[in-house]
Amino acid sequence: MTEEQSHIISAIVEHKPGVLYSVANMFRRRGFNIESISVGPTEQSDLARMTMTVKGDERTIEQVIKQLNKLIDVIKVSRLNPASIVARELALIKVHALDTKARSDVINYADIFRARVVDVSSESLMVEITGDSDKIDAFLGLMKPFGVKEVARTGITALSRGAKSVKIEE
Amino acid sequence: MVEMTGAQALIETLRRQKVEVIFGIPGGALIPIHDILRDSDIRHILVRHEQCAAHAADGYARASGRPGVCMATSGPGATNLVTGIANAYLDSSPVIALTGQVNTFSPNSSYMIGRDSFQEADTVGITIPITKHNYQVKEASEIPKTVKMAFHIATTGRPGPVLIDIPKNVQTESSEMEFPDDIEIRGYKPKTEPHPLQVKRAVELLLEAERPMVLAGGGVIISNASPELLALAEFLMMPVATTLMGKGCFPENHPLSMGDVGMHGTRVANKLILEADVLLAVGTRFSDRTVGNLDQFCPDAKIIHIDIDTAEIGKNVEVDIPIVADAKETLSVIYQLLVYQLKQKEKSPWFDRVQKLKEQLQDRIDLGGCDLNPPLLLSELGKILPDNTIVTTEVGQNQMWAALYLKRRKPRTFISSGGLGTMGFGFPAAIGAKVACPNCSVVDIAGDGSFIMTEQELGCSVMEKIPVTVVVMNNSMLGMVAQWQRLFYDRRYSAVELGNVPDFVKLAEAYGAEGVRVGSLKEFLKAIKEALKSEVTTVIDVPISPEENVFPMVPAGKGLKDVITG
Repeated sequence: MTEEQSHIISAIVEHKPGVLYSVANMFRRRGFNIESISVGPTEQSDLARMTMTVKGDERTIEQVIKQLNKLIDVIKVSRLNPASIVARELALIKVHALDTKARSDVINYADIFRARVVDVSSESLMVEITGDSDKIDAFLGLMKPFGVKEVARTGITALSRGAKSVKIEE
Repeated sequence: MVEMTGAQALIETLRRQKVEVIFGIPGGALIPIHDILRDSDIRHILVRHEQCAAHAADGYARASGRPGVCMATSGPGATNLVTGIANAYLDSSPVIALTGQVNTFSPNSSYMIGRDSFQEADTVGITIPITKHNYQVKEASEIPKTVKMAFHIATTGRPGPVLIDIPKNVQTESSEMEFPDDIEIRGYKPKTEPHPLQVKRAVELLLEAERPMVLAGGGVIISNASPELLALAEFLMMPVATTLMGKGCFPENHPLSMGDVGMHGTRVANKLILEADVLLAVGTRFSDRTVGNLDQFCPDAKIIHIDIDTAEIGKNVEVDIPIVADAKETLSVIYQLLVYQLKQKEKSPWFDRVQKLKEQLQDRIDLGGCDLNPPLLLSELGKILPDNTIVTTEVGQNQMWAALYLKRRKPRTFISSGGLGTMGFGFPAAIGAKVACPNCSVVDIAGDGSFIMTEQELGCSVMEKIPVTVVVMNNSMLGMVAQWQRLFYDRRYSAVELGNVPDFVKLAEAYGAEGVRVGSLKEFLKAIKEALKSEVTTVIDVPISPEENVFPMVPAGKGLKDVITG
């Protein structure tokens, strides 16, 4: 298997300054291709979860996981199986909408995508959308003709389905 | 619980870790520590450049197997350590680097982290990619635990350098100190026992092998696995080749010793390794200098790879049976299982072939012309040096000649900068090795280009009474680059002529060391014998021809079969 695919890797790390830096540094130094990374606290206050999307063939992904495991502040690394996870990304999209027609079109599309309008000004609307990355890409495609002024995306965050969990002894 | 300052707690923790020596240079952000050190039992050895503090600590660690400690002030002190730390990282050497840092907080001054203060550098940020781990201590009370964790991380699993950055106000601040006996690092649990199933598979493969061979790397030395390797190799009558880092782990006067593999490997090792049907690779990371062209490396062999670092499995070479474990434990288990199932191997067609090739491909040393030719000098030197003499090398032609021709019989008696290839490493490493093993003689095999990079440590070795011998093979050239330009760039020499290298005899004398220039092999051996007995460092200047090449050689990017011999 040498095909380059995107893989989602989830890591439980020490929740302290400098850990994101050492993880990002390792990716840069070893020439691994990171597509997105999202970091946040977990249910245990001294741990953080990093969710990374990484592009590469099988051998590269194995190396990524081993090199992550080697970092002292990284406690547990797992590779998420796309078939049994919930993966979500959030995006805020500011769209040009001067006239009533444009506004109602944007609102209609947002409804279809279960997105929400979260801010309105005389010249623009801001839409909040959550979902997998394909859904957000599709919605962005629809917004293009109106004129997309700004986009902020969080990158993917994900958890495995079911009762199984990654717990670290405190 | 006792109340003390951060600096006191640091020295107390180092004492509890049985640290006897620190190589360092003081500075503004270290004064509180040097103040406490003055009254402590720990010896401080004042080097002349921080890079050498790290190399000396590295040499100390490799010669003794105990962690080496170096210390430098904030800013330039710390950045000067960087080369030495990177060197220890690539060669998996347990070095503890202590650095001063500007204050975390100053009530009435901007001398604090983040303000671009005097001698401020982001030491932790700079050293992340070249340390196994690093810390910045924010509170004095964290010092005992942090230092303990640093030593644990540096010396266990695959060893490596760990840096502790200590801001000046943390050194002076007082706190109730607790010195923990046990520490727990939840993200770090190195395992040493081999997986029984993988061992079983390895044993089966070795039992079936017709042409087994060992490739032994630095991991064999680190895990003190030489006796186990010797027993296993003799039991199966397997030839043993080493990497540069593994040199000395198997006695080089043994009939089964084939010497080094790789770019400057012996012809017999490079030939046999391609004929093996099972390769037992122990404690090696299959570096580019060892393997050559990846596609042509052992294409038909099944490879068993024993390494303590999971990330080394499959990183450079795909292997058939990976065993993530300590080399000593694993070799011992494999041996026991084999003894149980097999009688000591008698001579086999493979062993006959090994002996025949070894005889045929012996690198003959040309005795014609000048007798100051490096292969001759070094092979003769190997014959007179006691087994426990520690040889260090610089980097370049001197290093490769030493690897090829200076035979070593014991582990930890050949210390060289393998991964980073740091010119200037050998002399400070020799000083560190001598401090670690005061009863052994230490000889640095140098070139003039390398020695010039750290020659100022003659000051340290004389003042601190650490006598070593430096053999400068002097061609007034950056010889290895000159060799590449000669062989692969149509003799278009560029920036390799050093012209007026100093008179090394006078240079040594200027520092209070001894200097001697030799004109023949006989004079050389005499000078060595005297130097080994001398109570002061001796520099032996050996003029050699600038046209000398190191052969055999496998050009970069070629397979191990494409050896050129001149």
